[in-house]
Amino acid sequence: MLLVPCPWCGPRPELEFVAAGEAHVARPSPDADPTALAEALYFRANTKGLIAERWRHLHGCGRFFNAVRHTVTDKFVMSYRPGDPAPDLARLAETLAAEAAL
Amino acid sequence: MRFSFLSLLRNAFSAHRDWPEQWRSPEPKPAYDVVIVGGGGHGLAAAYFLAAEFGIRNVAVVERGWIGGGNSGRNTTIVRSNYLLEDSEALYDHSLKIWENLSQTLNYNVMFSPRGILMLAHGHHDVQSFTRHLHANRLAGIDSEWLSPEEARAFCPGLNISKDIRYPIGGATLQRRGGVARHDAVVWGFARAASALGVDILQNCEVTGIRRGPDGAVTGLDTTRGAIATRKIGVSAAGHTSVVLEMAGLGRLPLESTPLQALVSEPLKPLISCVVMSNTIHAYISQSDKGDLVIGAGTDQYVSYSQTGGLQITAHTLDAICELFPHLRRVRMMRNWGGIVDNTVDRSPILGPTPVPGLFVNCGWGTGGFKATPGAGHLLAATIARGEAHPIAAPFGLDRFARGRLIDEAAAAAVAH
Repeated sequence: MLLVPCPWCGPRPELEFVAAGEAHVARPSPDADPTALAEALYFRANTKGLIAERWRHLHGCGRFFNAVRHTVTDKFVMSYRPGDPAPDLARLAETLAAEAAL
Repeated sequence: MRFSFLSLLRNAFSAHRDWPEQWRSPEPKPAYDVVIVGGGGHGLAAAYFLAAEFGIRNVAVVERGWIGGGNSGRNTTIVRSNYLLEDSEALYDHSLKIWENLSQTLNYNVMFSPRGILMLAHGHHDVQSFTRHLHANRLAGIDSEWLSPEEARAFCPGLNISKDIRYPIGGATLQRRGGVARHDAVVWGFARAASALGVDILQNCEVTGIRRGPDGAVTGLDTTRGAIATRKIGVSAAGHTSVVLEMAGLGRLPLESTPLQALVSEPLKPLISCVVMSNTIHAYISQSDKGDLVIGAGTDQYVSYSQTGGLQITAHTLDAICELFPHLRRVRMMRNWGGIVDNTVDRSPILGPTPVPGLFVNCGWGTGGFKATPGAGHLLAATIARGEAHPIAAPFGLDRFARGRLIDEAAAAAVAH
């Protein structure tokens, strides 16, 4: 079971949370063509590595937030509040690799 | 060589020490007509059918690890075709029909055992939706029958049909043609038959890049065992499909990869004679020929490539098993494991061409890919050979998401896969 870092409540067991999928998916304008709508609704990066994803602390504070997690180790790197800018995942991966090499 | 009673007898006299290797392990050639990425059951079946049915024998299967080491070796071996929607029924029954003669076709005992799939209905609403399900199956020519709780217990002795459990059993559907098969034997049988027809099986050969020409069409692959030129690539990489297709420039797909867990118990005397599934309380159980109870658990809720999942998922399934079969409460579990499954939003697979010319895909089987092994391989081979989707595969194209023609098997049928 994951230990999920809620930015308001701190680390809590995964049972209290609902995963809400990829973060920062932009909703297309209402007059966008069906391909753009399908992309936003169904198409995902599904990255093997660092991802930004949404969680909801359903059985806690009830709030949504975003987190960065590595999908091979399942380790959380950081979490941040909705509305905060998306982290640069490529740079974050480089920083983590440099830290691991030390 | 063909297996026969005489060959078994002859090798028995030499203590089975002289069997030859069942498939060749050649060095990669510089070019192939078709390269299949992924040496699981699906990929090997596609290579076999390309050679056996479509006359394309200059084929390679490239596999990152060893054949059958991914989801082919991690599933609960259930084979059935009682899906709700017409497109799905045609797809899964196509596969089931191939299963029925597969041992004879491959001259390899895949131990297909049509011992019956019992799907339990709990409560009034389950009974209603399962009845609809059953009639839909019978209209499509797929066998399905309704059993009362008492009949279900007679078919599967030991089943708890008490009214006092939390989710009492209100009846069950039975597909007698469904059952289980031996997962390793399917992989090895297809590998052996494909190799005999000239297919090169390249293990420890990870794809590191997909090459495309100026017109966008594929021209070859880079692998850890060198570059391979080809005009046609079939990707059958299950949970890693997104990783492979990103190399061809298809960075975003309607797929999310999650862990799916299973577990086995200590070996027991014959106890459960069929496959029992309950979607509502989430349990799948059957007994292997070795005697282990084979139990399927659910998926974790988040994207992961870790081949492991949370213990609460397996504990939840064991709660359900203990309610259905109270006499199993003290059985010890021997091993649990996870596989990475690629889920689509409508819980139906993606099978067909991609926007990249020469690149074909067979993915999105999610939690229910094993039963489709021969059928998916056959349809991928047909699609690659024709250059366009086989009629049975046509509704399952990658284009269905933009057209809004989803095949919403999960929501429509409430089937757990």
